[in-house]
Amino acid sequence: MKTPQTLEEFMATALAMEREAAQRYNDIADAMETHNNREVAQLFRTMAGYEAKHAETIMAEMNWVEVPGVPPGAWPATESPEMIPSDAVHYLMHPWHALDLALAAEQRAEAFFDELAQLSSNESVRRAAIALREEEAEHVAMVKQWMTRYPVPGADWANDPDPPRYNE
Amino acid sequence: MNDMTQPAALSAANYKSGTKPIWCPGCGDFTVLGAITKAFALLQVPPHEVAVVSGIGCSSRIPAYTACYGFHGVHGRSLAAATGLKVARPELTVLVAGGDGDGYSIGGNHFLHACRRNVDLTYIVMDNHVYGMTKGQASPTTEPDWDNKLSPGGTGIRAFHPLVIALASGANFVARAFGGDQSGTAQIIAQGMRHPGFSFIEILSPCVTFRPEQREWKNLVHPASVEATDDAARAARRIMTDDGFNIGVLYAGDRKPYPLQPGRAQRDAAELETEFML
Repeated sequence: MKTPQTLEEFMATALAMEREAAQRYNDIADAMETHNNREVAQLFRTMAGYEAKHAETIMAEMNWVEVPGVPPGAWPATESPEMIPSDAVHYLMHPWHALDLALAAEQRAEAFFDELAQLSSNESVRRAAIALREEEAEHVAMVKQWMTRYPVPGADWANDPDPPRYNE
Repeated sequence: MNDMTQPAALSAANYKSGTKPIWCPGCGDFTVLGAITKAFALLQVPPHEVAVVSGIGCSSRIPAYTACYGFHGVHGRSLAAATGLKVARPELTVLVAGGDGDGYSIGGNHFLHACRRNVDLTYIVMDNHVYGMTKGQASPTTEPDWDNKLSPGGTGIRAFHPLVIALASGANFVARAFGGDQSGTAQIIAQGMRHPGFSFIEILSPCVTFRPEQREWKNLVHPASVEATDDAARAARRIMTDDGFNIGVLYAGDRKPYPLQPGRAQRDAAELETEFML
């Protein structure tokens, strides 16, 4: 992973994280709507809305009109830390599962900014990383709070009496 | 040109249609769709100058999900349709997309000859080693020992090796990508589109419904440790001996593409009629 050298580079990374997370949440919300899992679709759509709002805030704070490119090597893995894995969803998943994925994404984002805050030698980058780390920590707490509203699904949550996977 | 008339930069969203994919949640094809639209945005090619052509199968639904021209053709015949389109309208950017069953079995012969003709097309195969749309039959790239209800104990048949076959048949650009790496895949697709002649890109795209074990692919893929070569023999040796999870451009040749005649589509219909008169 390449540590951002300037505030602009750092904020471009943060912006890309928010935009890509929003896109992934929207894609999965679309898939859930198509498969008639509306409650989970709505949750993913809500998460997409939050991420898009954060992206707008960054654009406004930086006075950017055009979206800057993603700095090369911005994050250690192939996908941004705040994206939920595209293959981790299921058409019968419950809201609790959706929030569990969102929680993990927010925790990865918090850890990512924490690492940048520790690694950066540029004071403005370090301060911004700390601010974003605190924001992500708030999101972690918020998602944990949401999770208390939903029961943990039973072991049979993926059982479908009329499964699409019927190949006999 | 002043700022008022400067066209705005196109983003990936400009290439997506409003039609929502009906793929299973978690399907690798979602991220491939994102990579394709990102590649178009990287190249800033206007949507009305792109045609996406496909055959039949889960992944072949992709033209409907883009805002470009699209042709969802018959099973295995996407390359034939795309070749005709490119020859008639050379100014269009033609991207062909499909799955391993459509491309290597039903369309296997078209695949060989499209590589051989070397028309300037980019062919993406979203390979999940299974016929997903028809509910889980073994495909040409299925491992011989994949045990399921339809082929108990496995088919016992050696798997097709698309990259080396593409290379042997004359494809001018051969690459392997992993759908889970959307940005990396977009870069490879863009490279393939820029490269003259027939570009073949195999994208590992997990089927979470019939091959849930393919979720593990994300832990197996790794970037190719060497740069792309223009030496076909060297590329063949590398491809034949790699582990199947080597990601990147593996061959970029310099074979002359099939010659195209610009303006052919503008010819008078009567002239074409005369040409084809028996």
